[in-house]
Amino acid sequence: MPAITARGLRKSYHGRPVVDGIDLDVEEGEIFALLGPNGAGKTTTVEMLTGVRRRDAGEISVLGLDPDRDRPRLAHVVGVQLQDSQLPDKLRVGEAIALFASFYRDPLDGDELLDRLHLTQLRRQPFAKLSGGQKQRLAVALALVGRPRVAVLDELTTGLDPKARRETWGLVSGLRESGVTVVLVTHFMEEAEYLADRLALFEAGRIVALDTPAGLIAERTAGRQEVRFRLDGDVDAAADALRALPDVRSVTTHGTTIVVTGGGDVVLAVTAHIARAGLTARDLRVRQATLDDAILIPGSDA
Amino acid sequence: MTTTAAPRRPMLRTLVVTEARLLLREPILLVWTTGLPIIAFTVLALVPGTSRPTDTLGGLSYAQVYLGIIALIALALLSTMSLPAVLGAYRERGVLRRLSVTPMRPWRLLATQIGINLTVVLSTVAVMLIVATATFDDGFPGHPLGWLVTYLLAATALLGLAALVAAVAPSAKIANAITSILFFPLMFFAGLWMPQQQMPGWLRTISEYTPLGAASQALTASIEGDFPPITALAVLAAYAAVFVGLAIRTFRWE
Repeated sequence: MPAITARGLRKSYHGRPVVDGIDLDVEEGEIFALLGPNGAGKTTTVEMLTGVRRRDAGEISVLGLDPDRDRPRLAHVVGVQLQDSQLPDKLRVGEAIALFASFYRDPLDGDELLDRLHLTQLRRQPFAKLSGGQKQRLAVALALVGRPRVAVLDELTTGLDPKARRETWGLVSGLRESGVTVVLVTHFMEEAEYLADRLALFEAGRIVALDTPAGLIAERTAGRQEVRFRLDGDVDAAADALRALPDVRSVTTHGTTIVVTGGGDVVLAVTAHIARAGLTARDLRVRQATLDDAILIPGSDA
Repeated sequence: MTTTAAPRRPMLRTLVVTEARLLLREPILLVWTTGLPIIAFTVLALVPGTSRPTDTLGGLSYAQVYLGIIALIALALLSTMSLPAVLGAYRERGVLRRLSVTPMRPWRLLATQIGINLTVVLSTVAVMLIVATATFDDGFPGHPLGWLVTYLLAATALLGLAALVAAVAPSAKIANAITSILFFPLMFFAGLWMPQQQMPGWLRTISEYTPLGAASQALTASIEGDFPPITALAVLAAYAAVFVGLAIRTFRWE
């Protein structure tokens, strides 16, 4: 049974549809990402799922509860990290955890949680003096302290530096082992690709693709791969020979650099040809298509 | 996930302790709302010109009359400066939004805020009464039960009004604007610029039906040693019930 189901979800602001007929099934225990550009309706969707906003139309079940009707009961089983929500400046980390823990029937041990999120040293630090990454770690701690079965994390890593982002990712993927169902809102494709078991791609209030990250990449890019190297010798002649190989889609040259793209076994075909023809290929690199390529490819409006 | 169960702390107690700590971390606010009234009254009580009885005030001293008025200024200052600003800031910064997705209900936060501010303002007046007892010729100024009942009702009414403003104002700025505008008529009727004893009859009647006017009237009676008139207490109780009730009904996370 899915942890979350939504059918025909709709929400308009001032007559402008922001969420325009969305169906979702999030399985228990998976990390599910809502991915898409700003303003695509991701945040509004999770706000309706958590009962922060009332839906205009549609049906929602979160662990068998309706967010609009059973909000107090839902609050006990769903932990939420909201975009742009702050705490009082002078509230200390340890106090925030103790306060939020007191809201729930069976909270986690605050000390253990702080330890797990590397916040123990900051226990006496007021909220205003925390860095962006520390604030986000605290937000995750507060979302988890009630021992939720579903955690909703909205724009968790926006504004973080790459190191803090990596750390936060480690934390979220750690939730998978604990069996918590995670709904992740992000506009970073890299983040969805790294963390999500499945993702829904949002565009203008609708879901335009729903798949695993790998499935979406394969489908959207037809398994596109890219081989790039520098060549000592006749670049143009080598390029012509490469174009004749199987699975090669395009060959472009930039000075002494050659870029070959293609599908299937294109990497094998190119490297075999290099060996056979005795070419001196330097700095050879292979790149798989990423979610970026999948989503930015022509045919999508993103 | 860890399976250790935390020792469960009661929600209301944790909330009260946390909010009280946050208030105590605002020393400037506390100086304005508790220190200043205490100092002002102590000065009046010690300076000969204001601590001696005078005919213009019907045989009372300025210190005796202004004891009640300053006690009400302390109340009005705290109500207008502390509660709406705190809750307004919580609203602006998304603290209320964050709380809305927890099992905590909004009225608990409101009740906690009213309770903490009530404690602060009652302590302020307690200190003023100690100063009065120590400096006045006749010891404790008036009717202790009268004081307690009047001040408790007045504080609840005014903090209820402040909570209602916090409930309807969309931001701290607007809440501050509303309370600053309310502060002056409230204090005028309390007799800050013209003690009720010197008001013309019609003005005095209007004053007695405003929250701080009724409180002032009841406190004056208490200072003179009588139990306050029941009408004044009834007016205060009605304001307290209506304001607190409305505030709790209208206060929303969003």
